[in-house]
Amino acid sequence: MTSLLEARGITKHFGGIKALNDITFRVKPGQIKAIIGPNGAGKTTLFNCISGVLKADKGEIRLNGESIVKLPPHRRAAAGISRTFQNVAIFPEMTVLENVLVGRHCRSKCEMLKAGFRTMSMRREEKDIEDKGWSFLEFVGLEEQADKLASELPLGDQRMLEIARALATEPKIVLLDEPAGGLNTKETERLAELIHQIRNSGVTVLLVEHDMNLVMDISDEILVINFGKKLAEGDPKSVKENPDVINAYLGEDIDFSDL
Amino acid sequence: MNDTAQLVQYILTGITVGAIYALVGLGYNIIYNVTEVINFAQGEFVVLGGLVMVFMTNTLHLSLPVGFFLTVSVVTILGALMDKLTIEPIKDANVLTLIIITIAVSIIFRGLAMLIWGRDPYALPAFSKAPPFTLFHAIIQPQALWVLGITTIVVILLSLFFRFTMMGKAMLACADSPEASRLMGIPVKKMVLISFVLSAAIGAVAGIVITPISLMEYDRGALLGLKGFGASILGGLGSFSGAVIAGLILGLIESLCAGYVSSGYKDAIALIVLLLVLFVKPSGFFAGKRASLKKF
Amino acid sequence: MGCEKKKILTLVSFLVIFPVLVNYIPAISNYLEVMIFAGIFCLVTIGLSLLMGYAGQISLGHAAFLGIGAYSSGIITAKFGLSPWIGIAAGIAISSCIAVVVGIPSLKLKGHYLAMATLGFGEIVFIVFNEEVNLTGGPSGFADIPYLHVGSFEFSSELTYYILVWAVVLMGLFFALNLIHSRVGRAWRAIHGNEMAAEAMGVPTSRYKLKIFVLSSIYASVAGSLYTHYICFLNPSSFDLFWSIKFVMMVIVGGMSSVWGAIIGTILLTYLGNEWLSAFKHFDVLVYGIILLLITMFLPGGIVSLPRILRSKRTNSR
Repeated sequence: MTSLLEARGITKHFGGIKALNDITFRVKPGQIKAIIGPNGAGKTTLFNCISGVLKADKGEIRLNGESIVKLPPHRRAAAGISRTFQNVAIFPEMTVLENVLVGRHCRSKCEMLKAGFRTMSMRREEKDIEDKGWSFLEFVGLEEQADKLASELPLGDQRMLEIARALATEPKIVLLDEPAGGLNTKETERLAELIHQIRNSGVTVLLVEHDMNLVMDISDEILVINFGKKLAEGDPKSVKENPDVINAYLGEDIDFSDL
Repeated sequence: MNDTAQLVQYILTGITVGAIYALVGLGYNIIYNVTEVINFAQGEFVVLGGLVMVFMTNTLHLSLPVGFFLTVSVVTILGALMDKLTIEPIKDANVLTLIIITIAVSIIFRGLAMLIWGRDPYALPAFSKAPPFTLFHAIIQPQALWVLGITTIVVILLSLFFRFTMMGKAMLACADSPEASRLMGIPVKKMVLISFVLSAAIGAVAGIVITPISLMEYDRGALLGLKGFGASILGGLGSFSGAVIAGLILGLIESLCAGYVSSGYKDAIALIVLLLVLFVKPSGFFAGKRASLKKF
Repeated sequence: MGCEKKKILTLVSFLVIFPVLVNYIPAISNYLEVMIFAGIFCLVTIGLSLLMGYAGQISLGHAAFLGIGAYSSGIITAKFGLSPWIGIAAGIAISSCIAVVVGIPSLKLKGHYLAMATLGFGEIVFIVFNEEVNLTGGPSGFADIPYLHVGSFEFSSELTYYILVWAVVLMGLFFALNLIHSRVGRAWRAIHGNEMAAEAMGVPTSRYKLKIFVLSSIYASVAGSLYTHYICFLNPSSFDLFWSIKFVMMVIVGGMSSVWGAIIGTILLTYLGNEWLSAFKHFDVLVYGIILLLITMFLPGGIVSLPRILRSKRTNSR
């Protein structure tokens, strides 16, 4: 099977520190794949390199076989990579619905003149943007909060909003950066269900997550990195039993035998 | 006057105004280092220094040292008031708010100056009665030497302050990490106040020494501020020695261009340099590697 | 949009009824003249409000674009004897070209740096107006600029010019409101909210920042052309740094969060400047400074935020 996302030899320095060292991995279409690793392993940096927020020093990133490594973030979004952020990056002064509508930006095209004169085609497009926006709000269950300011939502809902906004770009693959961070048990269960729904709707999921229960529960495949290097890769069971992984997590408060 | 004499003349003029830009640039840096605020009222301190000195000398007929001391005190108090009344009370200050507030204060200073002194430019007598002398056939005003001498003294005193006094070191610590400094018990509020006091004092000194050469009027502040900012950017914002070198270079470029290219565009040249630096290398050219931002 | 329609209706009825009413109120007796200036400045501040309040950028040099529009119109009509409409078009063309050239490097900068860069740019343009004596007449400027005309109809009376200016302002306002309620407006607000996230959601942030900078320069340039053909005389003093700051001030006093704030702030401050402040000649700069400081410190949302603040006070006291 061909891979949807392919990263080869990703390397990133910050000053003298190698945050990522020659990371190579693939994500197959329709997969739920998790990236795990101890704090500071470079997981978020890897996400940033894939979504284009950071430029990798070296390495190749392909989406559906096409190189995207030279594209700026907004073109990667158009190409089909969307993401959420570890520290929730919603647009606080916009309503919940408007936040999701921004996600439609790369799937619509009326520019300044058409928008300023409110032409027929612009109205039609705007109607379509709004309909789609609502459907993604419903997908994550936020339709009743649509007119609230995004900053007024509790953290759990803000995470859902970010996911809705990311899905609104109609990505091929969505990168979720610690989606369960700050969520309670019930919300996390709901998240797990949502991630399955996302996959079932045809969107591939790549996530960074600390909640090992969640990761082991939902992932088809897991990539483990430590000190910016790939440590292991495989299905949850093999990763759990990998001695290197157990070693890396020594001292962190995770007991793999429980899982 | 022959060609060499002219060149010497331009160079000397350039260094003299450059010293003033350097002083204004230092003022920016001191406040920026402690607060990360660019004080858009920095140029007004120079204007106030000049005009208050005019009042002390021409109206009250005080002697030079007394007038100098009183002027610096008055402007310093204004600087302290600015911090206490406008900067300190602001909580949750975003960049735009701080920009607008310092601009508002600069307009208020300008308005006060206009109210008190009107729109006319004022002159001050030179510090010493010595007649102009010649160097390589160029005519040199003794006041230019005063400008350079006093600038040098200010720079030396400042470096001593930051290197050897507890307070100076504490201010540098604030610059490095305000959070950590607070935890270590450094009173950050007080440091911010001192940074405003220091920059106001330096501005005032610049105004006092330059007025006998270039006169002073109420609305000079904006341009002086912009050029001083040019010096601090060219030198690397926050860099102490960078601002001094850059100020002198800026003054030289301006004076040489005014002499050989176009005197009408004299003021534009420093601004063009400022824009070019901002566009090409906003971290500046003379700050050295370590001293990129927030370092003396 | 429904709520915007109400506001537009209110504004239009205000514009229609007021010229009749003012004859009875001495404090606003110079109504038409002041409102013509207010309308011209409104064009500048509508654009500036989009740039600052919506896209979250800052410009301390917009008087330069007003000046570029004004001088383009003035020079093309008075010196070359061409149609004023060509002057307006030329102003728009020149302004937007300069906005592109200055905007591309400037808008990479943030906060203080962007403020200083635009301030420096405005000052350079001001110096050019003063120095290019052959073209601009230098500090003393030049006169004999013709009125605007369509065919043989000349906009020379105050009433006709009042109608013309405010018609243009209303068009500019419509255009701006339409933009705000579109994907373009949402993209700008997204950039304001979180530039990195906007980019990751597919908004080409640098292109959109440039677009609003250019658009706001066009608003200012058209305003400059209208200004020129109203006073029929030009000198650089209306385009200096203090005017740039006054425009920013109008936007802030009215409230940055909405273009309506820009309109309210502009009308108020224009009255203040042209009418009420003439009483204290040497104070005006000081008064401006104090107003700006007080609003920024104590009413950061500007006048448009007052109803919301009062409402929340009322509910709190219950």
